[in-house]
Amino acid sequence: MQFVQLVISGVALGCIYGLIALGFVLIYKATETVNFAQGELMMLGAFCGLAGSTLLGFPFWVSVLGTLAAMAVIGVLTERLVIRPILGQPAFSIVMLTIGIGYVARGAITMIPGIGTETHTLPVPYKDEVLKLGELVLSAEQLVVIGVTAVLCALLYALFRFSKLGIAMQATSQNQLAAYYMGIPVKRLNGLVWGLAAVVAAIAGLLLAPITFVYANMGFIGLKAFPAAVVGGFGSLPGAIVGGLVIGVVESLSGFYLPEGFKDTAAYIVVLVMLMVKPNGLFGEKLRKKV
Amino acid sequence: MRFIFKTSYEQDIRLAKHGGHLFWYGLLAVGLVLAPWLLPEYWLAQLTFVLIYAIAGLGLMLLAGFTGQFSLGHAAFLGVGAYTQAILTNAGWPFPLAMVCAALLAAAVGVVVGLPALRVKGIYLGIATLAFGFIVEEVLARWESLTGGNAGLMAGPPALFGWTIDSSAGFYAICLVTVVLATLGTLNLLRTPTGRAFIAIRDSEISAQSMGIHLARYKTLAFALSAALAGLAGALYAHKLQFLSPDQFNILQSIDLLLLVVIGGLGSVHGAFLGAIFLIAMPQLISLGKDYLPEAIGQAPGLQAVVYGAVLIAFVLFEPMGLYGRWLKVRTWLQLFPFYRQGMFKRQKSFQKSDRLK
Repeated sequence: MQFVQLVISGVALGCIYGLIALGFVLIYKATETVNFAQGELMMLGAFCGLAGSTLLGFPFWVSVLGTLAAMAVIGVLTERLVIRPILGQPAFSIVMLTIGIGYVARGAITMIPGIGTETHTLPVPYKDEVLKLGELVLSAEQLVVIGVTAVLCALLYALFRFSKLGIAMQATSQNQLAAYYMGIPVKRLNGLVWGLAAVVAAIAGLLLAPITFVYANMGFIGLKAFPAAVVGGFGSLPGAIVGGLVIGVVESLSGFYLPEGFKDTAAYIVVLVMLMVKPNGLFGEKLRKKV
Repeated sequence: MRFIFKTSYEQDIRLAKHGGHLFWYGLLAVGLVLAPWLLPEYWLAQLTFVLIYAIAGLGLMLLAGFTGQFSLGHAAFLGVGAYTQAILTNAGWPFPLAMVCAALLAAAVGVVVGLPALRVKGIYLGIATLAFGFIVEEVLARWESLTGGNAGLMAGPPALFGWTIDSSAGFYAICLVTVVLATLGTLNLLRTPTGRAFIAIRDSEISAQSMGIHLARYKTLAFALSAALAGLAGALYAHKLQFLSPDQFNILQSIDLLLLVVIGGLGSVHGAFLGAIFLIAMPQLISLGKDYLPEAIGQAPGLQAVVYGAVLIAFVLFEPMGLYGRWLKVRTWLQLFPFYRQGMFKRQKSFQKSDRLK
């Protein structure tokens, strides 16, 4: 029973990792850019939600919708202002650029007087409710995380499978030049992908906020989503979620069964093993560079 | 204007290309040697830090700037070097021997990290080194019998057969000698076949491979040399701070080192030094500027992160070759005066290149 309990809490945590990893993968697939600021986008999302529901006093659902809209705008603006000018430059400079964006976001939040340096709790309607199933004790926060992630995955699947926009995004991610020749507005789509990734990050932030707290350094959890993205295969959307679940469950189990210290490093050990055994990840496409 | 007419290979690989180089670097050397007598104690300490970071920067420059492998966990090598030095000198080893051991051990660890580099590249390598950095930090924190864990570890001043160097000028001299040796070593390496192979790997792995460069061997070698330099810097760092704790070698330190090489200028030895100066001078400049800003901005704790991030973004957007690239432009402007044209250093517009389907 304890095992099941641990697995469920691992799955809930893994969903968060998976959602952040989903943001990485969306951006990576569309623009070949690795966004090291994904964790910070999540942090911004959580702070937006906090500002909406405590400072401005909106009802929970309004502030959630407001957060998503605000983060979409932030994502599109980021792409337009700093990412687009250097597209085509080496991947390394884009990585450094996104690290810079992360620094600025974290610093800017810390600079808000009275709020930035504190830890906050996000008031949610389902706080502290538990569901008892036999011996299992499930907290509402965890169930909401799992449920919302499942719904979001279904929505994204529908978007990429059935909508014109999603199919255009797929085309762009497969071959930008060819997509451009087919009349797909590649630049605008790249902006939208950043917006979408920021929205996914904001959802992750809002889901994580009731479980942990809202604070300026919560974006560092994004560093654990990298292993998730790699385990799933960096270019695969379902892979990101599966990778997140693997990392979450491994972390939760190793925190209980293995000596202290393994909980924080389990994700990294898994990813190192994965890179040595199967560098393309579980669902990664096997591609080789041709001359 | 100066025209250098090269008539032999000997002349091509000479370190000082012309008399001007000899003069200015000679002047710099004299200035650095005289620094303990010219600078007040505080500035000498800052200069020592610049030298230490420059060694670590040289290491990362060799890897990221010249071999094109990028590492997000370089602080781990710094940490391995620092802890080795502290533990060995505490056990009574003479410090030069301990420094050699620190460098060798860091190099050995570098080889281990280099192994995944043989299979993965680009972002995957970044994540592998990131993961490795976290694991080393955790090991430093958990192996309490050896490293003192989170409580930290004290490191004494450098000592050699009962003769202790505890003046800051003496320690500065040690750092200066190490920096000069490391720089000359790196410069020399870059003009040997090995260094040329590194640069070939950076520019195109496939063409390097087809020219007969053994990728696995050279990548591992690059990791080992880079880690050895970082370990050397770590050894000096241990003596400078005299107190080590695992959180000095976390991801932020690794990112600082990356910041150093990017802002200094990737792919130039000068860049490591310029970046180190930037990294040490920036907090000073920020604290100087604080007084002129309104209270709400100047005293806010996040100011430094914002400035670092903004400077980094600005450099990547507007000056991708870093401070050294800016200096090249200024130098060309001076050399060609008044014939400098706009756009001589213009970046070529390129289509987005894909690593996946090329």
